[in-house]
Amino acid sequence: MSEYNFAYLDEQTKRMIRRAILKGLAIPGYQVPFASREMPMPYGWGTGGVQVSAAILTPDDRFKVIDQGADDTTNAVSIRSFFERTANVATTTATEDASVIQTRHRIPEDTLTEDQVLVYQVPIPEPLRFLEPRESETRKMHSLEEYGLMHVKLYEDISRHGHIATSYAYPVKVEGRYVMDPSPIPKFDNPKLDDMAAIQLFGAGREQRIYALPPYTQVVSLDFDDHPFEASKADQICGLCGAADSYLDEVIVDDAGGRMFCCSDTDYCSRRRAAGHQGPAFPGSEVAA
Amino acid sequence: MYVAVKGGERAIENAHAWLAEERRGDSNIAELSVAQIREQMKLAVDRVMAEGSLYDPDLAALAIKQSRGDLIEAIFLIRAYRTTLPRFGTSKPIDTGAMACDRRISATFKDLPGGQVLGPTFDYTHRLLDFKLAADGEVPEAASRPPMSGEVPHVTEFLNREGLIEEAQPEDTPPPDLTREPLEMPANRALRLQALTRSDEGFTLGLAYSTQRGYARNHAFVGELRIGTVSVEMDIPELGFSVEIGEVTVTECETVNQFKGSKTEPPQFTRGYGLVFGQSERKAISMALVDRALRWEELGEDNVGAPAQDTEFVLYHADNIQATGFLEHIKLPHYVDFQSELELVRKLRREAGVSQMQEAAE
Repeated sequence: MSEYNFAYLDEQTKRMIRRAILKGLAIPGYQVPFASREMPMPYGWGTGGVQVSAAILTPDDRFKVIDQGADDTTNAVSIRSFFERTANVATTTATEDASVIQTRHRIPEDTLTEDQVLVYQVPIPEPLRFLEPRESETRKMHSLEEYGLMHVKLYEDISRHGHIATSYAYPVKVEGRYVMDPSPIPKFDNPKLDDMAAIQLFGAGREQRIYALPPYTQVVSLDFDDHPFEASKADQICGLCGAADSYLDEVIVDDAGGRMFCCSDTDYCSRRRAAGHQGPAFPGSEVAA
Repeated sequence: MYVAVKGGERAIENAHAWLAEERRGDSNIAELSVAQIREQMKLAVDRVMAEGSLYDPDLAALAIKQSRGDLIEAIFLIRAYRTTLPRFGTSKPIDTGAMACDRRISATFKDLPGGQVLGPTFDYTHRLLDFKLAADGEVPEAASRPPMSGEVPHVTEFLNREGLIEEAQPEDTPPPDLTREPLEMPANRALRLQALTRSDEGFTLGLAYSTQRGYARNHAFVGELRIGTVSVEMDIPELGFSVEIGEVTVTECETVNQFKGSKTEPPQFTRGYGLVFGQSERKAISMALVDRALRWEELGEDNVGAPAQDTEFVLYHADNIQATGFLEHIKLPHYVDFQSELELVRKLRREAGVSQMQEAAE
C-alpha cells in the first residue's frame, strides 16, 4: 500500500501523537488531549491504540496484537493485518518476541521486559466519567486532586454489596497523584500495572486522550484498609493447559450448559501445552465438570 | 472446540467476499454507476459531503455505492479518506451575499429585494407515490429564466438598519480547527458552528425540535433560507492576490429569534446561523436553532437545563462517526470483562443467598 505513509499516518500527525506520548510519560496517569484522527476503522474499535502504535512503530519492530488476550479474535486479526499492510512490519503471536504489543482488555500473563511497549486500547479514559459525565468538571477534579467522589462510590459498593462491585476497569492511583482508568482489563490484571518494566501507553481515539506509565511506575488499585484490593479470577484451572495462575475465559461446551475454563491468553496457553502441560479437557482426557 | 469460538482470518475474508457480493445484488440487474448516484441521489450525496466534511460529489457518490446506501457508513468512508489529504492552505471566507441562488425564501417578509425564489423544493409537493416513476423517469423540461445577477442582500441586514437585530460582530481571530485540535471546553461559537455543520442530521434535528417544543424555546423565524453556489477563493502568496479555485453549493439559514433584553441590552431580535454543504434545508435550519439555543450564556439568558443549551452535551454527542463507532463496538468480544462480571455476580448472589437463609433460620 504505497499510497499511504509508513504505518498509515502522515509524519506530522505522528509527531503530534509522539509529543502527546512524551507529555503523558512525563506526567504519569495524566490524560493528555490530542488531535485524534479519523482512522479507516471505527471509533471504539481501537483507533486510539492504533494511532499510538502507528506513532511508535519502526520498520525493525515486531508487532503483536491481542484482543481479550487472544491473537486470533476478529478485531485483533483486523488490526494486525492493518499494520502488516500499511507498515509491512513483522508480526508475531509470541509475547516474548514482540517489541510492541497492542492490547484490548488484557495484560499478557508473561512478565514484560524493558525492551517492550504495551499499547492499550481505551474506550473511556476518564475514571470519574460515570460519576460525573461532564469533561469540564472531571478535568477540574483531577487538577484539584479531588477524588472523594470515587472513594464514596467504592464505599457505597461495600455498604450495599459487601464488596467493591467493580470487576474490570478497576481504578488505580499513579505515583500517589492521578487516579487513572487502566482500560477495561479485569482487576486480575491490575497488579501487573505496578512496577512494570515495559512502557505502558494508553490511547483513546474517540475521546482524544493519551496517557502513559513509564517503566517502574507505582500503580496502586484503590481500596480501603479493611477492604483491601483483591485480584480475582474464576476459581478453576485451564481445561487445556492446566494453568492455575492465568486469567480464564468461560466457554459453554454443550446444550446442557456444560462449561469449561481456558486461558484467555492464547499464547501463554499454547506454549504451556507445547511444553507438555495438560488440562482436564485436553483431547484424551475428560471434560471437567 | 476451542478454536470454534474465535474468529479467524479466513472468516473475515469470507465475510468481506460475501459483503461484496451482497453489495452488487442480483447481477442480472444493471449495475448502478457512480455518475447515476451523483446525479439522481443528489441529496444523499449532499448529506455525505456535509457530514463527511469534504466537498467532492464524485467521491461521495462512490462512498454511497460502496456502503450499499448506508449514509453513515458512506460519511465514515469520506472522513477516513479526508484525514489523509494534505492541507494546501485555507480559503478566504465564502461570500454568501454573492451567491447564485437557486432558492431563496424569507418567512419574515412577504416580499423583499431579490424576491422570493422557490427553487427545486419538495415543500408543496403532495406526498403521493408517483407510480409513473417506476416505469419511466423522463421528465418534461422545466421553465427557466436567466439567473438573478448581482448581490442578493441578506434579510437580516434590513432589520439591522433599524437596530432591531443584534449586530453580528466581525471576528478576526482565526477559528479553531476541530479536525486538527482536540475538542476542549469551553467552545467558542466558531467551534460550535464547525461541529454543528458536520453533525448528524437526525441528532441535530431532534435537538432543534426539542427547542421548538419548549426545551429552551427561542422561537425562531426563518429570516432567510438560501441555496446556491458560491465561489471559493484562495490567496496565493506567490501571486500576491487571490484566485477563484472552484465553487461549492451551500445552504444557508439565518433565523430571527426573540430576545426580551437583559440588564445591558434593550429588547431586540437575535440570530441563529446554519451553513451546510450542498442542498440540506432540514440540517441548515436545525443547525440555526441549535446554534441559537447554545448562545444563551452570551445573551444573558437563563440556563433552563435543556439539552440544546448544554454545549458539552451537544458537541460531544453530535458526531455520528464517533457515536456509531462506540455504539457498534459493543459487538466486539467482551469475554474478559463479562467473565469478571460473572464471577462477581455469582459471588454476590452466593453471599445474598447465605444471608437470606440465615434470616429465615432466625
